[in-house]
Amino acid sequence: MGSIVEMQGIIKSFPGVTANAGVDFDLKKGEIHSLLGENGAGKTTLMNILYGLYKQDAGTISINGEQVNFMNPSDAIAHGLGMVHQHFMLVQRFSVAENIILGQKSSREPRIDDLNLIGKKLTEISDLYGLKVNPHAIIWTLSVGEQQRVEILKALYRGAQILILDEPTAVLTPQEVKEFLEILKRLTSEGKSIIFISHKLSEVMEISDRISILRDGKKIETVFAKDTNERDLARMMVGREVNTNFEKKVAEPHEVRLQVEHLCANNNRGLEALHDVSFDVRAGEILGIAGVAGNGQNELEEVLSGLRKSTSGKKIVCGKDITNMPPHKVGIARVAHIPTDRYKTGLISDFMISENAVLQRIDREPFTKHGSLQWKKINEEATSLVKRFGVKTPSIKTKAGKLSGGNAQKLILARELARDPYVLIAAQPTRGLDISAIEYVHHALIEQRDLGMAILLFSTELTEILSLSDRIAVIYEGRIIGIINREDADILEIGLMMAGIKRPSSTLEQTGVIES
Amino acid sequence: MNREPSKIQRRRTDIFHTASPTVLNLISIPSGILLGLILGAVLIVIAGADPIASYKIMFSSSLGGKNQIIETLIKACPLLLIGLGLSASFKAKVWNIGAEGQYYIGALFGWMVGMYGTALPKPVLIPLMLTAGLIGGSLWGLLPAILKIKNGMNVIISTLMLNYIAILIVQYLARGPLQEPGGFLPRTAKLERIARMPQMFGTRLHLGCVIALLLVPVVYYIFTSTPLGFKLRAVGSNPKVAKYAGFNVNLAIFIALIFSGALAGMAGTIEISTAYQRLQSSISLNYGFNGVLIALLGRTNPWGVLLTSIFFAALTIGVENLHVVIGLPVSLSDAIQALVVLSVMVVDSYIRKKAS
Ligand SMILES: Nc1ncnc2c1ncn2[C@@H]1O[C@H](COP(=O)(O)OP(=O)(O)OP(=O)(O)O)[C@@H](O)[C@H]1O
Ligand SMILES: [Mg+2]
Repeated sequence: MGSIVEMQGIIKSFPGVTANAGVDFDLKKGEIHSLLGENGAGKTTLMNILYGLYKQDAGTISINGEQVNFMNPSDAIAHGLGMVHQHFMLVQRFSVAENIILGQKSSREPRIDDLNLIGKKLTEISDLYGLKVNPHAIIWTLSVGEQQRVEILKALYRGAQILILDEPTAVLTPQEVKEFLEILKRLTSEGKSIIFISHKLSEVMEISDRISILRDGKKIETVFAKDTNERDLARMMVGREVNTNFEKKVAEPHEVRLQVEHLCANNNRGLEALHDVSFDVRAGEILGIAGVAGNGQNELEEVLSGLRKSTSGKKIVCGKDITNMPPHKVGIARVAHIPTDRYKTGLISDFMISENAVLQRIDREPFTKHGSLQWKKINEEATSLVKRFGVKTPSIKTKAGKLSGGNAQKLILARELARDPYVLIAAQPTRGLDISAIEYVHHALIEQRDLGMAILLFSTELTEILSLSDRIAVIYEGRIIGIINREDADILEIGLMMAGIKRPSSTLEQTGVIES
Repeated sequence: MNREPSKIQRRRTDIFHTASPTVLNLISIPSGILLGLILGAVLIVIAGADPIASYKIMFSSSLGGKNQIIETLIKACPLLLIGLGLSASFKAKVWNIGAEGQYYIGALFGWMVGMYGTALPKPVLIPLMLTAGLIGGSLWGLLPAILKIKNGMNVIISTLMLNYIAILIVQYLARGPLQEPGGFLPRTAKLERIARMPQMFGTRLHLGCVIALLLVPVVYYIFTSTPLGFKLRAVGSNPKVAKYAGFNVNLAIFIALIFSGALAGMAGTIEISTAYQRLQSSISLNYGFNGVLIALLGRTNPWGVLLTSIFFAALTIGVENLHVVIGLPVSLSDAIQALVVLSVMVVDSYIRKKAS
C-alpha cells in the first residue's frame, strides 16, 4: 500500500551473469530510497529495467498500483519516471534548452523555435527546486555539476514524479554534493520520489529514508536509515567487516621522475587554464593535487598525458624532455594514465575486455611476435589482471562496454599498473568504486609507491588526497598555490588554500607561484 | 503473482540474445536472400513468367557447373578486390566512397604500362602493370587522405567528388590524347596479347582472380592477427580512446585510404587487361559503388566479402541469362537484384535490433 513503484521478483540474466536474481524493491511516495551494493551487484541493471531500457526475464513492475510493461524509456517517461544515468547523455554542442526538448515527440509540445518559451518554463522549474542553470548555455561550457542539474531538469521538464539517480554524486565536488543533497530534499518536499544510488555511505545515511542493499544480484535487506549505521551497511554490502583506515609507511623518495617547469596551457575555450605550474614527483612518492574541481586539474592531467598541448613551459620525464609529445611518445617514456573520464577516454566499449587489457602494449612483446598478435598471451594477461583486480565479468571475451561502472574502472587501473610505468598519473582513481574496491586500490597505489613508482594523484576527494599523498600541491585558478608535506598539512589549511588563500610563504616548503 | 507475461517475453528474445555475431550473420544473410527472392518472384509473375523456372535458370547459369562457377568468379573478382580494400577502410570508419574513381585511375595506370611496355617480357610486364594499378589507385586514395588529415575535409565528400574527376579524366584521355590512332570512337587502342592477364589451370580463370582469392585469407589475417588490424579497428571504434592509447589516428586514416585505393586500382588494371582491354567511356559496372555494399553486407569480414561478392556476381550473371533465355526485361533483372540486396539489409538490421 502506498507504494508508487513496486518491483517484484525481478530476474535478469546476461550471457554468463545473473545481474538480478529475484529482486523485490519498492518506493513510497515522497521518500528517498537508496540502493547500495558492490560494483556489479546489479543496481544499474535493476534501474534500467524499471526505466524500460532492459526487459526483465521474469518479475513484475507496478507503478501506482497498476502493472506496467515498458518496452522503452518513452513508456517509462509517460508513466512519470525520469532517470539520470551514471554517465550523462547530453549533446555537448547543444544548449541546455535544446537538450531538454530533444526527443520530445508530441506535436503539442513547443517546437525548436519556441526556445524562449522553454527557457521560461525551465527557469520556473529551476527556481522551484533551486536548480540553477542558464537555459541558453551550451552544454560543454558547463561544469559537471551543472550538467547534472540539466539532466535532472530534463527529467522534471518531462513531468517526472519519480527520479532514478545512478551515482549522481560520484562526479561532484564535496561542495556540489552538499548543494545537490539539498536539492534532493527540496524535490521530495515537493512530492517527488527518488531512487538514489551511491557508494558513499555518509551521503546515503544523510539523505535516505530507506536503504536497500544488493549483493550478487540478490537483495540482502531493506532498512530504515534511522535504524542503521555506516558500519552495518558496509558489512551487509560486502559480507564481511571492512577496514577503511590503513597503515602506510613513510615514503622514501628517490630520484626525480617527473619534472614540470613553468607550464602554461589553455582550456577548450582558448583561455589560459594553467599558469606557470611547476613541481616535481620523485620515484617512491605520491604527490596529490588538491583543489576545487575546475581549477585546471583536467587541463593539467591532459597536458601531462599528451592529450593537450601546453603553450609554454616544459615537461620532463626521467631527464627526457617530452613537452608536447603525442600520447604514444609519452607512453614510450613510460608514463601511464588513469583518465578522469573513463567512459569517453579509458576503454573501447565494443572491444573485448582482453583487448582493452593490453591496449597500449598490443604491438609489443609478448603480445605481438614477428608482427603477429599472440592471442594466447593476450588472454593470459587479461585473465590474470581480471583476477588480481577482481574485475567482475563472466569472461575476458565480454565486451568492455558491458562492465558495470566500477568494474570498468578496475580494468583501467589494472591495465595502467600492468604497464609498469615510471610515472603514473592517477586521476580520480577510485571514482565509482565500492568501499572494498577503494580499499584495494589504495593499497595497490601505496604498494606501487613503495616499489618505486612516481605517482601523481588527482582527486576531488580531500580525504583521499590526505590518506594517500606524501606531499600535497594545491591548485587554484590554474596556479599551484603551495606544496606542503603531508605531515605539516591540516584539512583546514588546505581548505583555505583551495579557496585561494595561502599561508605565509615562510612555512611553505616550496611553491610554484610565490614571488616576493 | 502473475509472472506469465514476462516468461513469454523471455522466450521471445532469448533466441537471438545468446547468439554470437557469426551465428547472426548465418541466420540473417540467407533469410534475407530468401525474402528477396520471394519478393522477386512476385515481380516475375507480374511480368508473366514462371518464377521457379526463372530461378532455376538463374542458378544453373551462374553456379550450375564448373564453367559457370569460373565465370562467376571472374565476374566477382573486381568486386572482391574492392570489397576487401573497403573493409579495411570501413573498419577504421573511414568512409571511402571513392573506389570507383580509384578503380578508373588504376585502370589508366595499368593500361599505360601495358600499352607502352610491350617490349618487356610478359613475366615482367604483368607484375609491372599490377603495380602500376596499385600505385594509381593509392594515389587517388592519397588525395582525400591528405585533405582529411591536413584540412579535416569530410572523406565521404572528397572521395565521392574524386570519382567524377577520375572518370572524366579517363573519358577525356580516351577521346583525346590517347584515342585509338585512326579511330573514331572515344576509346583507346586495344592492349596486345602480351599485356593480358595469363589464364590459369587451363581454364578462363585468370591470374587477377587468383590473386584476389589469395588476398582473402591475407586480409583476414591482417584484421585478426596483426597490431595494424587491431589499431584500425580501435580507431574506428573510438578515436578518442585510440588516441589516448597512443595510436596514430591520422596514420590509420592514411593507411585505410591507401590500402582501399590500391586494391581498387589493382581491380581496375585487372579488368582492363581482361574484360575491356582498352580505355573507353565506361570500364566498370559500378564496381566501386557495389563494392561499398559488398563490404558492408560482408560485415567487413574478408570471408563475408568473398561470399557476398560471389553472390552479387552470380545474381548479375543469373539475371542477364533471364533476359537472354526467357526475354525478361533487363530492368526487371535489376529490380530483382536490388530487392535481394534490400531484403538482406532489412532482415539483417531487424535481427540485429532484436539481438541487442
Ligand atoms: N548489457 C549488459 N550485457 C552483459 N552484461 C551486463 C550488461 N549490463 C550489466 N551487465 C553485468 O551485470 C552485472 C551487474 O551490473 P550493474 O551495472 O547492474 O552493476 P552495478 O551494481 O550498477 O555496479 P557499479 O556499482 O559498478 O555501477 C555486472 O556483472 C555486469 O557486468
Ligand atoms: Mg552501476
